[in-house]
Amino acid sequence: MAKSGGNGTPMLDELEKGPWPSFVTQIKEAAEIKEQAQDLLKLLERSYHEKIGHWKHGGIVGVLGYGGGVIGRYNDLQSEYPSIAHFHTLRVNMPSGWFYTSEALRTICDIWERHGSGLTNMHGSTGDIILLGTSTDELEPTFKELTDNDFDLGGSGSDLRTPSCCVGPARCEWACYDTLHITNDLTHHFQDELHRPAFPYKFKIKCAGCPNDCVASIARADMSIIGTWRDDIQIDQKEVTAAAKAGLDIQKDVCARCPTQCMDWDGKQLSIDNANCVKCMHCINAMPRALQPGKDRGATILLGAKAPIVEGALLSSVLVPFIKLEPPYDELKDLIERIWEFWGEHGKNRERVGELIQRVGLGNFLEAIEIEPVPQMIAHPRENPYVFYDEYFEEGDDESEDDQ
Amino acid sequence: MATATEPRRTDIGPPSYERFLPPIIKKNYGKWKYHEILRPGVMVHVAASGDRLFTVRAASPRLLSITRIRKYADFADKYCGGHLRFTSRNNVEFLLTEEANIEPLIKDLAALGHAVGGIGNAISNIVHTQGWVHCHSAATDASGVVKAVMDDLHPYFAERTLPGKLRIALACCLNMCGAVHCSDIAILGIHRRPPRVQGGLNKICEIPNVVASCPTAAIRPANVDGQPTVEIDEDNCMFCANCFSVCPALPMADPLNDGLSIWVGGKVSNARTEPTFSKLAIPFLPNNPPRWPEVVQAVRTIVDVWANGARRFERMGEFIARIGWPRFFELTGIEFTKEHIDDYRHAGLTYKRSAQIRHGR
Ligand code: SF4
Ligand code: SF4
Repeated sequence: MAKSGGNGTPMLDELEKGPWPSFVTQIKEAAEIKEQAQDLLKLLERSYHEKIGHWKHGGIVGVLGYGGGVIGRYNDLQSEYPSIAHFHTLRVNMPSGWFYTSEALRTICDIWERHGSGLTNMHGSTGDIILLGTSTDELEPTFKELTDNDFDLGGSGSDLRTPSCCVGPARCEWACYDTLHITNDLTHHFQDELHRPAFPYKFKIKCAGCPNDCVASIARADMSIIGTWRDDIQIDQKEVTAAAKAGLDIQKDVCARCPTQCMDWDGKQLSIDNANCVKCMHCINAMPRALQPGKDRGATILLGAKAPIVEGALLSSVLVPFIKLEPPYDELKDLIERIWEFWGEHGKNRERVGELIQRVGLGNFLEAIEIEPVPQMIAHPRENPYVFYDEYFEEGDDESEDDQ
Repeated sequence: MATATEPRRTDIGPPSYERFLPPIIKKNYGKWKYHEILRPGVMVHVAASGDRLFTVRAASPRLLSITRIRKYADFADKYCGGHLRFTSRNNVEFLLTEEANIEPLIKDLAALGHAVGGIGNAISNIVHTQGWVHCHSAATDASGVVKAVMDDLHPYFAERTLPGKLRIALACCLNMCGAVHCSDIAILGIHRRPPRVQGGLNKICEIPNVVASCPTAAIRPANVDGQPTVEIDEDNCMFCANCFSVCPALPMADPLNDGLSIWVGGKVSNARTEPTFSKLAIPFLPNNPPRWPEVVQAVRTIVDVWANGARRFERMGEFIARIGWPRFFELTGIEFTKEHIDDYRHAGLTYKRSAQIRHGR
C-alpha cells in the first residue's frame, strides 16, 4: 500500500506541528490501513492549495427502508481520486450521554475497518457517531453489521434528528431530571419519525439537565428541554462560610451577579428570596458544595431554535414553564405529537418549527396546539398596537352569546 | 453472526446507555453531591455515599481514526475498567475510581499527543464542522483552522488562568452545523460571490423550488437558449447559500472571495445573563491555509482583551456589555465598518436607541 503523507502533503504536514492533537495525523493513521484515507489526504492537500472544497451533495443514498441516516457525498474529481468517488457518511445513533465500553468502541472500529474509510467523528454536531466515508455498495453491509451489534442509524433530511443530552444524573449533581433516560426513551419511541423523513424540515431535541445547558439546547434544538426546579435552593450554611473562608467574595462575585438581586449575605448567613430566583445557576456554579438546586425538580420546555438558514437564526422560547418529567413521559410525547401535527399540516417545505411560529404568530400556534398563553412565554407584552382580533360585534349582536 | 434467512433488523434504536455506565456510576446515579476541579483537566465527583469518581478530560480532534479510538479503548481497559465517554465538545473523558491511576493515564495520553484540560474557567475544545474534509458547501476548512487556533490557545486549555468560561465554535458556512451563533467567539466561513448558474440546471433541480429557496427573492425563472433556468439578481444576494443547498447547480465556493468572519459575545448558558447570539466583530479575514495566521491572531487578540479586562465569572458578552462596543473595538484594534451594521429584518432593533454613550477616556 502506498505510503501516506511524506512529501506529498506539505501543507497538511504543517498541521501536524504544535501541541493540539492533529486531525492530519488521524487521517494518516487511517491511511496506513485504508486506501480511501490515502486518497482523502491527497484531495484535502489539493483543497489547501486551491482554497476550495471538492465535495458534491445530491442523489438519494441510504439503506433499505430508511429515508435518513446516510449523507450522500461524491468528489468532483472522481477519476483522480477513485477510492473516494463516493464517500458517504453514516450517522449512527450514539448511546445517551456518549458513554461507551472499550468493547463497544472496538466493535464499531472493526465494522468500520471492514466497510469504510477507517475515519470517524466522535461525534457529529447533532451527537451521532459519524462514520465518515464509504461507497454506496458498502452501506447495506455496514448497516447489517451495526444492527447485528445493536447499533442503529440516526436521522438526516426532513426528519427527527437523533436526540441528545448532557451527562445528567450519570455524573452531574445539578441534573434536575434524568436526561439520559428520557433521551433514550424518546429516541426509541420515535423510531419511525427518525428513520423516515415526513416532516417539512429537520426537528432536533436536546435535553439539558439544568439551565447551564451543556448541550446548547436553547441554540441548537427545535425542542430544548432544560431542567429546573420550583422550590427553594438548598443551602448548606456551613459550606457557604467555608467558601467565603477559601477566598470567594460572596457579596461581589455571587450576590451582586445574581440577575434578580434576590440574594443577601451578611457575612455569616446567606439568604435567598426564592420567589424571585430565576434559576439561572450562577450561585450554584460558584459554590457547588454549598448550594444545590431545589428538590421539586422538572424542566422548562422551549421551542424553535435554529441556525440562520433559511429565515435567520432563532433561540428557543418558552412553551411550558414547568413540567414534571417522569417515565413514560406521556404528557411530553403528546405535546410533541401535537406540535408535529400542526407543523406537518401548515409548515412550508424547509420551514423549521421556529420559523412557522414566527410566521403564524406564537398566539395562534398556542391555540392550535391547545396550550394556554402565560406571561412566562414572553420577555414583555407587545409594543405595537396592531392586534389581529379574530371577530368583531355588529349592531344587534347579543354579547352574552359569546360562548355559543 | 446472523444468517441470510434471519429477518433484517431495523428500527432498533441506540443501545441503552445503561449497558455502558461504569459500576460506580450505576451505584451513584443521580446521587452526586458536589464536584471539585483538582487540577486542569481533572475533576472529582463526590457522591452522597462518599464514593469518588475521577474524570480526566483530554483534548481530541473530533476527526478520529479507528486506530486512535482503539488506543482510547486500551487506556480505558488499563485504567478505567473499560469505561470512557465523550463530551458535547468532542473531548474524550476517562472515568476512574483509583486516584493513583490519574498520573499514569495523563502520561500515556501525553505520549500520544493528547493534553488534558478544558474544565472550569478554561477554553475547551472548539466545536466545529466538516470543512473541506467532507462538506459540499464549505467556504473554508474547519479542522485546519481549529488546529491552528487551538495550538495557539493551548495554554488556556491546559492551565486554568481565565476569569470565566470561554467557548469557541467554528462553522465553515452559514448553515452552521454547530452552535456557532451563540458562542463567546465564533469563527464562520463566508462566501462573498453570488452563485453561478450552471448549464443544465433544469435537469437536476426543480426551478420553482430554487426560486422559492431564496430568502431575499433574488432568484427569478429565466430562459436561456430555449432552456428553462434561473437568473440571479446579484445586488440582492446575501450569500446565504440556501439556493445551493436546494440545487447543486448553483455553486458558491470561490477561492478569490471565500473567507472567514469572527463573531463574539454569544452564550447558551442561563447563568447570570440570558442566552444570546454572537455579534459580528470582524466581517472578513482571508482564507489562508495551512495555518490561517490572520484568524489565529484575531482570536488571540480578542481572548487576551477579555482575559485582561473581564471580572470573575464574566463571559465575553457580559464583559462587552459592561465596557460597551466602542471600547471593545478600541481595545481590540478592530476596525468598525459599514458591514458591522445590520441591514436584514428588524435591523433597527440593533441600533443604539438612547443617548447613553461613554464619551470619557
Ligand atoms: S446541563 Fe446542567 S445537569 Fe447537565 S451536565 Fe451541564 S451542569 Fe450538569
Ligand atoms: S440561581 Fe441565579 S437567580 Fe437564583 S439565586 Fe442563584 S444567582 Fe440568583
